[in-house]
Amino acid sequence: MVQYEKYPPHDAPHSDVEDIKRNSQYLRGSLEETLKDPITGSIPEDDNRLMKHHGSYMQDDRDLRNERKKQKLEPAYQFMLRVRASGGIVTPAQWLMMDDISHKYGNNTIRLTTRQSFQLHGVLKWNLKNTIREVNDALLSTLAACGDVNRNVMCNTNPDQSAVHAQVYDWACKVSTHLDPRTRAYHEIWLDEEKVIDSRDGVEQEPIYGAVYLPRKFKIGIAVPPSNDVDVFSQDLGFIAIVENGLLQGFNVAVGGGMGMTHGDDKTYPQVSKVIGFITPEQMIDVAEKVVTIQRDYGDRAVRKHARFKYTIDDRGLDWLVAELHERLGWQLQKARPFQFDHNGDRYGWVKGVDGKWLLTLFIENGRIMDDGDYQLMTGLREIAKVHTGDFRLTPNQNLIIGGVTSAKKKTIEALIARYHLTDGLHYSALRRNSMACVALPTCGMAMAEAERYLPELMTKLENQLDAVGLRNEDIVIRMTGCPNGCARPALAELSFIGKAPGRYNMYLGGSFDGSRLNKMYKENINEDEILSTLQPIFGRYAAERNEGEHFGDFVIRAGYVDAVYDGRQFHA
Amino acid sequence: MELQVTNSPFTPEQAELLNRLLPTLTDTQRIWLSGYLTASIQTGGNTGTNAPVPAADTTVNVEAAPAVSKEVTVLFGSQTGNAQGLSKKLAQQLTSQGFDVTLSSMGDYKPNNLKKVQNLLVLVSTQGEGDPPDNAIPFYEFLHSKRAPQLADAKYAVLGLGDTSYEFFCQTAKDFDKRLEELGAERIVSRADCDVDFEEQATEWIDQVLSALGQAQSSATAAGAAAVSGTTDTTEAAAESPYSRTRPFPAEVLENLNLNGRGSSRETRHVELSLEGSGLQYEPGDSLGVYPENHPLLVDELIQAMDWDGNESIVINKNGDHLSVRDALLRHYEISVLTKPLLEKVAGLADHEQLYDLLEEGREQDLRNYMYGRDLLDLVQDYSLKGIPADEFLSLLRKMPSRLYSISSSMQAAPDEVHLTVRKVEYEQHGRQRYGVCSVHLAERLEAGDTLPVYIQHNENFKLPHDASTPIIMIGPGTGVAPFRAFMMEREETGAEGKSWLFFGDQRFATDFLYQTEWQRWLKDGILTRMDVAFSRDTDQKVYVQHRMMERSRELYEWIQEGAIVYVCGDEKNMANDVHLTLEKILVQEGNLSQEAAAEYMSNMLQQKRYQRDVY
Repeated sequence: MVQYEKYPPHDAPHSDVEDIKRNSQYLRGSLEETLKDPITGSIPEDDNRLMKHHGSYMQDDRDLRNERKKQKLEPAYQFMLRVRASGGIVTPAQWLMMDDISHKYGNNTIRLTTRQSFQLHGVLKWNLKNTIREVNDALLSTLAACGDVNRNVMCNTNPDQSAVHAQVYDWACKVSTHLDPRTRAYHEIWLDEEKVIDSRDGVEQEPIYGAVYLPRKFKIGIAVPPSNDVDVFSQDLGFIAIVENGLLQGFNVAVGGGMGMTHGDDKTYPQVSKVIGFITPEQMIDVAEKVVTIQRDYGDRAVRKHARFKYTIDDRGLDWLVAELHERLGWQLQKARPFQFDHNGDRYGWVKGVDGKWLLTLFIENGRIMDDGDYQLMTGLREIAKVHTGDFRLTPNQNLIIGGVTSAKKKTIEALIARYHLTDGLHYSALRRNSMACVALPTCGMAMAEAERYLPELMTKLENQLDAVGLRNEDIVIRMTGCPNGCARPALAELSFIGKAPGRYNMYLGGSFDGSRLNKMYKENINEDEILSTLQPIFGRYAAERNEGEHFGDFVIRAGYVDAVYDGRQFHA
Repeated sequence: MELQVTNSPFTPEQAELLNRLLPTLTDTQRIWLSGYLTASIQTGGNTGTNAPVPAADTTVNVEAAPAVSKEVTVLFGSQTGNAQGLSKKLAQQLTSQGFDVTLSSMGDYKPNNLKKVQNLLVLVSTQGEGDPPDNAIPFYEFLHSKRAPQLADAKYAVLGLGDTSYEFFCQTAKDFDKRLEELGAERIVSRADCDVDFEEQATEWIDQVLSALGQAQSSATAAGAAAVSGTTDTTEAAAESPYSRTRPFPAEVLENLNLNGRGSSRETRHVELSLEGSGLQYEPGDSLGVYPENHPLLVDELIQAMDWDGNESIVINKNGDHLSVRDALLRHYEISVLTKPLLEKVAGLADHEQLYDLLEEGREQDLRNYMYGRDLLDLVQDYSLKGIPADEFLSLLRKMPSRLYSISSSMQAAPDEVHLTVRKVEYEQHGRQRYGVCSVHLAERLEAGDTLPVYIQHNENFKLPHDASTPIIMIGPGTGVAPFRAFMMEREETGAEGKSWLFFGDQRFATDFLYQTEWQRWLKDGILTRMDVAFSRDTDQKVYVQHRMMERSRELYEWIQEGAIVYVCGDEKNMANDVHLTLEKILVQEGNLSQEAAAEYMSNMLQQKRYQRDVY
């Protein structure tokens, strides 16, 4: 086997985060002590960097920041806790655990994320340990849900009843487990496992990551055509299932996607991944590991906003990447197989699976599970979880599938759905059903503008415009984020808004309905009035001039509003 | 001079030791020792188990004692400083009339000297459930014990300070009065029990005492002058201010904010007031007296219930000053509590049979039950008092008493400002919303730019050590933390290097951590050495400061052994008592003391001012 450079030497240029990781003794840092400090609900920034690898990071209620400062109180520090489940599948018992801890330790809501994870918000420092322990007791984990490691592995949720879903999901879990950090720090800090003095270093303790982990987060997703619900082109590493005659043949491998960018820095951009070949299912773990190690060794450790895998590839070229990968694998990928995606959204309502069991996809606006006045979404789902014998599937579009429902149980579930007015969203506009927003204010420290709290309101105004031109039932993928880091994958939407300042957004047009093409900025830094006045004529023309079956994202390109962008390097052009 | 028991405050053993030591000292050693002793007296006395009587005073008395001089001992037991202030005033008048005055706090007084006393004047306040002030407790207990000497040759008089709205009004004064009589002393003037508005009655009592003590001396002696010169700098400076309790300064509000975050069940006001131009001076540990206004809702309901004309002008004092009925009820009179004397006067005025009934002997419990939690509006409604003219009724009321709050700022750090930390009191009782007079005034009706009548109430019993290197332990949950903010501001400003340790507690960390960012900064900068917090509602088990103290018992004991001064401020009924017991427990556990020895240790700490309390 070919020997290669494991890590860059430490005297190479690197950011301060690299020092923090290197000095952390495999993600321990001083977390044990600072979590106990009773004078502050916060932890120091260095420990917060490490904390991310444990699945949590510190936030504060930004709505209260100024008020509390005047009151001589520190910010309302709280922790976001991300609970991951490969492919987003959990049992009813696990759902009930999440529901329980959100009330005991969180802010009485659960957030379903765009990566099929759960997020709890508002967990106080003093409650972190109990919360994480209960998560682990229910056989879920927060380890590596954030941080410079491989994140939750996404997987198609099988709304199209593919027979191969179970196999694909199984591979997703295997890849995920293989790429878990091996440090015992997590178990020592949160689960009270005995401290092990381990003098081994580097690859001995972390065979894949080494002592400094990755230069930046790393994301893997697995799609099963025709659904591109996982937005496979947004992933650092994507696998596209190739199914022939109902049998899983293997996966096309796609590399170098990623959403994040920085306003005003054209050297940063969202990127779609490129398909580089085909592998058999058994080769998946090997490929994933080797790709991760390439990024480990070549990713930029000096400038974090230039550290994602997409820049590593774009800087050195796709050919270099493939050659390096082949060298590390010791074998070559096969030629990519043909595939066809139709859409990247969810399909709502009941469908019958190939195994004879039913799946119900519920519309969850912006992924927020909560009771809100008469709309007892959280209570309804809890009641369902108490009787449900199948599973719950978190979709990549922040929705929820109640899966594995037997015909016998279907009536019971339907009765509960009706009783709690839960909805498949079919009475909503198609725009709303295809919407996503990140959390943003008040908890996210990076938000420059509202997202989750504002998009529903903006959408109502857009719906009025669409109603006026008869487009209410036209599927248009719309996404909003409070900052350009891209949690709701805005750069792939047909219509998107990225926060710039309170009440002001950049507006992007032209993503494709199947998530294969980036959009492009059409207007910069506009407020709601400008958003509405800009979109009204575009909606009008789309209604009048579109071709049969032409999607909005395709139309705005044909009509000349924006250029088509198939490579992130053209995103700012 | 050969020291003896008769010409010095020392025991035979002490006198013998000193007689052996003193002749051997060089001049340099004598000067050094005198400085050392003086310094330790100022810090509250670390030199022995019994705090010394101001030695200079006694010595001067003895040496200068002219045969014609009549000796008077003035003892005071003071919590907030009122009894102390009156005692100083009395001592000054006695001195100017030629008396040889020994003025002492009960806490500093050596009980052995009692048997030599010819004239004893006792001025003492009463706390809470009829208890003596903290530092008067050892003397009180001594006098009530079997060890108390017979005082057949002594003459005495007692002045009590208290508040008629408390059940055990002036109880400590009553106890002293009774006990001194039992010990055979002769009462020369009847005891005066003064209510919160004490000046007039106290002055009368002083006049009676002066005349009862017989012929005044023609001129002041040097000895007498020296005896009362032990006032601190601040008292002298304060004397320069034209503003006082009887003439409060209208302080402008600079800031008034709620320290409790959203979602708290508490509301704690942080009020910053300007003292600019007042000449008022204070030190950390002092209190601010505040004259609040009654709640306008209560005033208006009262006026309506009595069918009075709010605009009617009435005379409010002997000077013939006028106010409208409404303004008088708002600012001049107390209407929020009921007292037995008030009910008696009202019963008399209205010739009210039911009220007479309630006041009858044997119905004390009914009376207490009725008065508890009720105000003037309840009284006039429950006993249908409508019809009594405003001027007659109002003349029965107590003058609005001031409220004392431990100051939460340092003048060194915030010149010309004084800060308060006040918890809003509001609750429902007897079917009506009740408002804490002062706290609700501060919380609801006081904005920046408004003024508030205030004065400084010095508190000699709660002071930072003069030796800046002395460690301090501060225990102040809730608003009890106020003076410790002042301590920290002061120590930061003066660059004091002594260690400091704060115990704070409240309901919830997230919303009730008063002055959180300031403590964090002081901790970071090393001004505050340690801080432990207890938030009672954050966990299933209610955790209070005393639990945190117990968890740190070893270190706490070590600090105390290093000479740390322990300060406790806040709620008396529960917290201060629990903290006291916890300190005793720590002494037993960590110091291997018996229960009795621990209690004795605490008592000594009190006397030496190494244990100072400002509890309410």
